[in-house]
Amino acid sequence: MKGLSVSKAVTALMLAGLVLLPLYSQLSGNIFILTLFTRIIILALAAASLNLIMGFGGMMSFGHAAYLGIGGYAVGMLAQEGVGSGFIQFPVALAASAIYALVIGALSLRTRGVYFIMITLAFAQMAYYVASGLARYGGDDGLTVYNRSDFSGLINLSNRTQFYYLCLACLLGVIFLIWRIVNSRFGLVVQGLRSNEQRMQAIGFPAKRYQLVCFVISGTMCGLAGALLANNTDFVSPAVMYWTRSGDLMVMVILGGMGTLFGPVMGAVVFLLLEEFLSQITEYWALIMGPLLLLIVLFGRGGIMGLLGRAGRG
Amino acid sequence: MAEPLLRVEKLVRRFGGIIATDNVSLDVASGELHAIIGPNGAGKTTLISQLTGHLAPHSGSVSLAGRDITYLPAYRRCALGLARSFQITSLLLDFTAADNVALAAQAHAGTSFRFFADARKEKGLRDAAHAALDRVGLAHRADVLVSRLSHGERRQIELAVALASKPKLLLLDEPMAGLGVTESQGMVKLLQELRKEVSIVLVEHDMPAVFALADRISVLVYGRVIASGDPVAIRANEDVKRAYLGDQHVVTHHG
Repeated sequence: MKGLSVSKAVTALMLAGLVLLPLYSQLSGNIFILTLFTRIIILALAAASLNLIMGFGGMMSFGHAAYLGIGGYAVGMLAQEGVGSGFIQFPVALAASAIYALVIGALSLRTRGVYFIMITLAFAQMAYYVASGLARYGGDDGLTVYNRSDFSGLINLSNRTQFYYLCLACLLGVIFLIWRIVNSRFGLVVQGLRSNEQRMQAIGFPAKRYQLVCFVISGTMCGLAGALLANNTDFVSPAVMYWTRSGDLMVMVILGGMGTLFGPVMGAVVFLLLEEFLSQITEYWALIMGPLLLLIVLFGRGGIMGLLGRAGRG
Repeated sequence: MAEPLLRVEKLVRRFGGIIATDNVSLDVASGELHAIIGPNGAGKTTLISQLTGHLAPHSGSVSLAGRDITYLPAYRRCALGLARSFQITSLLLDFTAADNVALAAQAHAGTSFRFFADARKEKGLRDAAHAALDRVGLAHRADVLVSRLSHGERRQIELAVALASKPKLLLLDEPMAGLGVTESQGMVKLLQELRKEVSIVLVEHDMPAVFALADRISVLVYGRVIASGDPVAIRANEDVKRAYLGDQHVVTHHG
């Protein structure tokens, strides 16, 4: 029980820090940190959505960045066509992600293991090349979003602090949903399938339809992250869908602790802060980052959450 | 004669050139405990897998309570009242005993596309799980992770999982496998209780257990049923003696 309380305490501290961050940014006049953490929170949201299928569902999707692009392009393309309302852009971003997930999931879930990893990767790369070919929307160079999503006075996304809190609220909302889902009937079935698919079939659960629904929920959540990301950078390009970005998301999940509620957030914070500060020190930052991640994955089974749990017990 | 609960007709399954199930026909009456015995490699597990839907036969048919289920997927057969235990224990190791059993109850209690309410707080499912665990004598281990349970206890959980789906027919694939003497005796006692409530197809190597429990026995050798009858008839059958029981070693070893 003590192990639990250590990771709980660290999680609570981290959340308190995230909530109070704009205050610190205002007092210290450090605007950069607010921008950095807005990005961290958005990618933490993407990692949390990936964790739903990867950590809880045992589905190793290597193409999750595709939803960042789909959500982002939905916002960018609509903005370019003169539809600036967030009340249209965001639902479209979510719906497009859900439809993509439904199609990709229906095809990918016919396979298992390494093949599932490869096929989700292949589909994401296809999405990447499709986006590169969209000449009307910037092609390879990407698409500038001149106006952030307009929520007609309800909330102003161009205000840094408001936007930050919107992203944080989305992250916490999604984590709340994931918490409810994994403890629901549906969530237990999905986790049972991760644990032993043959057994679940034998007691009467058709595996694929549960996994597919889970896959769609996860993709839709990540589409939300994509829509936020496009607003954050005022820009969307095929690069957000590139396979290395999918890899980053997987690393965040594994680093923080697969199958834990707040692990992906922890993973995203640590991963992106390391990336930020190491790249300031040296241009060969990846040389330090790589071994660091290896160490944590090798010796910290269960990621940071696992380490905290053991620290509490030990 | 009334419609048998399970009817297997001329079932054939080949693996390459090997005929693992060779024109097998057998009936299991309602309320019966029907044992299937045979030497290693006789095709017992292949037969069970075709009954549960994990393996498709090349020809022949399987019907449950008059309904043709030959090509139904495993989960649909389960919904029709067919439950199985695995020869090699197959449970959700990172779930508690109660969760394992409750999931089996959940599979038969309405839709599982419920996303918000805490399933572990559903009284109906928890009660069903505890009743089934109590039935196999493991109520006190309900909240222990299955990975922490002993092999014998896991065999009992297998049974509890099968029971929780309230099956009409229970297919037990070597429930005594790997059990010690005392544990085996406990399992026999348990099966003697369960057979009053549910029809059972029992595949088992433990001969004393089979002869103590079975109403009827079918003997499988090289994929073929060479004899079918009550324990007395099987014991007296010359073919069976030659093929199987006639092996002095087997008789004295188990005797």
